[in-house]
Amino acid sequence: MSVLILEQTLNGLQFGLMLFLLAAGLTLVFGIMDLINLAHGSLYMIGAYLVAAVVQATGSFLLAVLAAMAGTAVIGVLLEVSVLRRLYTRDHLSQVLATFALLLICNEIVRLIFGSQPVMLSMPAALAGPVQLLPGFSYPAFRLAVIGVGLAVAVLLYLLVGRTRVGMWVRAGASNREMAAAMGIDVKLLFTAVFGVGAALCAIAGAMLGPLLAVQVGMGESILILAFVVIVIGGIGSIRGALVGALLVGMVDTVGRAFLPMLLRSFLSPAVASGVGPALASIAIYVLMAAVLFWRPQGLFPARA
Amino acid sequence: MHKSILAAGLALALATSAQAADQVKVGFMSTLSGPAAAIGIDIRDGFNLALKMSGGKIGGLPAEVIITDDQQNPEIGRQIVDKYIKRDHVDFVTGIVFSNVLLAVAPVVFDSKTFLISANAGPSLLAGEKCSPWFFSVSWQNDGTPESAGKYTADKGYKKIFLLAPNYPAGKDMVSGFKRYYKGAIADEAYPRLGQLDYSAELAQMRAAAPDAVFFFLPGGMGINFIKQFSASGLGKQVTLITTAFSADEDIIPAVGEPMLGIYNTGFWNHDLDNAENRTFVAAFEKEYGRLPSGFAAQGYEAARAIDAAVREVKGKLDDSEAVRKALRANTFKSVRGPFKINRNGFPIQNYYLRVVERDAKGRITNRTLSTVLKDHPDAYVEQCPLK
Amino acid sequence: MHNRLVVGTLLLLVAFPLAAEHWDQLFYVSFATRILIYALAASSLNLILGYGGMVSFGHAAFLGIGAYTVAILMEQGVSSAWVSWPLAVMVSALFALVIGAISLRTRGVYFIMITLAFAQMVYYLFISLRAYGGEDGLNLAGRSHLGFGLNLTSDLTFYYVVLALGVTCLSLLQRLLNARFGQVVQAIRDNEARMEAIGFPTYRYKLICFALAGGAAGLAGALLANQSGFVSPNLLQWTQSGTLMVMVILGGVGHLYGGALGAAVFLVLEEALSAYTLHWQLGLGLVLLAIVLYARQGLAGLFVGPAPGRRSTGG
Repeated sequence: MSVLILEQTLNGLQFGLMLFLLAAGLTLVFGIMDLINLAHGSLYMIGAYLVAAVVQATGSFLLAVLAAMAGTAVIGVLLEVSVLRRLYTRDHLSQVLATFALLLICNEIVRLIFGSQPVMLSMPAALAGPVQLLPGFSYPAFRLAVIGVGLAVAVLLYLLVGRTRVGMWVRAGASNREMAAAMGIDVKLLFTAVFGVGAALCAIAGAMLGPLLAVQVGMGESILILAFVVIVIGGIGSIRGALVGALLVGMVDTVGRAFLPMLLRSFLSPAVASGVGPALASIAIYVLMAAVLFWRPQGLFPARA
Repeated sequence: MHKSILAAGLALALATSAQAADQVKVGFMSTLSGPAAAIGIDIRDGFNLALKMSGGKIGGLPAEVIITDDQQNPEIGRQIVDKYIKRDHVDFVTGIVFSNVLLAVAPVVFDSKTFLISANAGPSLLAGEKCSPWFFSVSWQNDGTPESAGKYTADKGYKKIFLLAPNYPAGKDMVSGFKRYYKGAIADEAYPRLGQLDYSAELAQMRAAAPDAVFFFLPGGMGINFIKQFSASGLGKQVTLITTAFSADEDIIPAVGEPMLGIYNTGFWNHDLDNAENRTFVAAFEKEYGRLPSGFAAQGYEAARAIDAAVREVKGKLDDSEAVRKALRANTFKSVRGPFKINRNGFPIQNYYLRVVERDAKGRITNRTLSTVLKDHPDAYVEQCPLK
Repeated sequence: MHNRLVVGTLLLLVAFPLAAEHWDQLFYVSFATRILIYALAASSLNLILGYGGMVSFGHAAFLGIGAYTVAILMEQGVSSAWVSWPLAVMVSALFALVIGAISLRTRGVYFIMITLAFAQMVYYLFISLRAYGGEDGLNLAGRSHLGFGLNLTSDLTFYYVVLALGVTCLSLLQRLLNARFGQVVQAIRDNEARMEAIGFPTYRYKLICFALAGGAAGLAGALLANQSGFVSPNLLQWTQSGTLMVMVILGGVGHLYGGALGAAVFLVLEEALSAYTLHWQLGLGLVLLAIVLYARQGLAGLFVGPAPGRRSTGG
């Protein structure tokens, strides 16, 4: 039983850290420039496709991840400069609709290039086997790598945002944009840079989740909604909030999928319990989101002054 | 005796003034996108091959085949079939991969008095009380394949089984079929959402349940991901995988590779079955598409040939539904799977074979047929069907 | 000129199915019915979005609730339209009342997010209802019974019933907007602080508006369940809410016929383009982007001019 709990905890940690990678970029974009970006999931999808394409061409997973990070960052910056910049002064409805349009456009362009069938992305051979953590308990090496990468990025971001000058500008911009601009920070350039970094983070998430799930058109939509839940719970504009929110959502989702059906099985049939369990877990996540929005709309770790 | 029947038939035909159609319209709706796209593409390729081999004609008449993608979505499936019936006035609907899509569109097709030829999905709901005279399957009833897997599991002496199938009508059919022949202990069961790709939770559950074998039904991309993740989790040392052909065929093997070796699975057909029709089919398929056909491709091939034989039998008089039904029921063509009859509920009576994935003489990873597990096997629901 | 356009369109809508029947194109009657239903749904969203200034990202939930009410009642044996349709309206309006009561306490982007959250909750609720199909959806045994010799199974009859309901609702909407209630709601959209200062209970007005829109969407849902003969949780997905918003902005936010026009253009484009190419959503995305960036008033705005009293930025 304890092995089961340990394994499910690792699963929740893995999923939560990947959500964090997506939420980090999203929360900064939302926090500094007040932009709701529905196309964020598309950057994740583009990142995953780039990884798959480069792995097919070169055979090196590491090279593919680096190339995808660079490529997605470039695409993100191009998007920001050409389209998103015009939306900063617009109302949220316009932002929602414009980025929804971008989401549709990205999906179709990817479908044009790669087709409607999912693309193969395998785990790197070195990480394809199990690692024995305890006697009688092996955990997939790749998932451990995902956890490792997620933690490393979290630490890096913490150092970057909390301990460097650039990070200070980012925090200033998230806290009070006008004041930051008045103090002489080039907010425009800062934002383009933040957007590029957010896009690169999406690419890492795509590289890590691609081999576990499937690289296919529309893969961004389902995870995008969860990313929004995470940043609302954590606090818009706060990296720390994104981490806490992501771990919380990741754990609730995994526990829901794993333990709720077990609980429900005592008075429901296995098939029904398997359907109701995950649905209840999802409902719980959204109830949590609604509760935060109602009582503490700034989230658990508000960034805004 | 034949001549008088023919004469009577001609007289009847003239009397009812059934017009011979000048064209056969087929609505081919399949899953051509998403994680299970490979299945729909295989069925389509098999269907098109048969069409090509008969010169683009069905039953001697020019054929118009309208191919669409249901995106594995019952709602979209319904809208497409609506169009097939109301706008295109098709004579046959075929190609559907998923049981939940089939169940969503079946009422529309049956109400419009159009024939539905299933080239894959075989939900139990349409095999028993709700059987329809408008429904025919050239593939199987969902329970058949897992029944043979259950028999193999019981015969082999496995004692503790973990069951894994998606939470939708076909998944439930697979599990009930397995349980009909395997009466031993069930360690645990898991029913992930259809389309779920991450099995970390189910694998943890599996580890805790400690079965000696896992029976799973996970179509398309679901199966690919599960097998890869299973092999990465290290459970393969203690647990054997047993499955159906749906998770071990030519659409899955190229995506997974070596971890497939040694997986035992059961199915209604294999490309190494030794009969003349099959040899012709496999050779033609390899020549046309450069790959070995899967069971799905064989199903698509048979769907086209079934429609072709029926149209030929009624000499193109598609208005006479009773005659078409009789022709479909008689299935006047030789199947690539060997012995093949249509039961009164429209579902097949056929053999199910045990296969194992290994390297063949050419070094390719593929299935080899080992034995016949169930012979001339009807489905378990036909007794409840009121049709004669 | 405006009136003549409206009357002309109405005559066209009445004559259309007869012409379609004559040329044996009955499929297009069923397609046109679908357009009318979405016109009603989009107009109900327009009420709160365009006229009320409330950006709700969960409107598809009310559509779905109305559809499921009819489907579940039919599954339980109740198929009379006189019972299930009003019930669909009431259940949706009730849900809208509860969701609105909580959501309207928030503002701006938080309102958008919380309506999305509630819609997702309802979505997962329907997925968990295995008894009513869960994720696979539920087939309806047939269409609702109307009586009076009107058999809704006939696509033609159904079309005219939907047309009558749609026209009634739209004229009710017009009445509402011109009456005191509507004027107050629009004034609240323009400047809530001022209205509060004057002494209007703005929260109550917005809540009633929200509930009315929810009820109207419920009616559209009931009709949709009848039209397609099938309901599934897909009706409630957030992307469906997005589609409704696209229809409203396409047609013109805050214009009386914005919802209807947008629904018609969207569905016709979808049908026409998807016959040519799989990638029609690319065209849709580009058109939508262009409208948001350059033609904020939508198509109605291009023809008729900007809607009275719309402020240029909101949120």
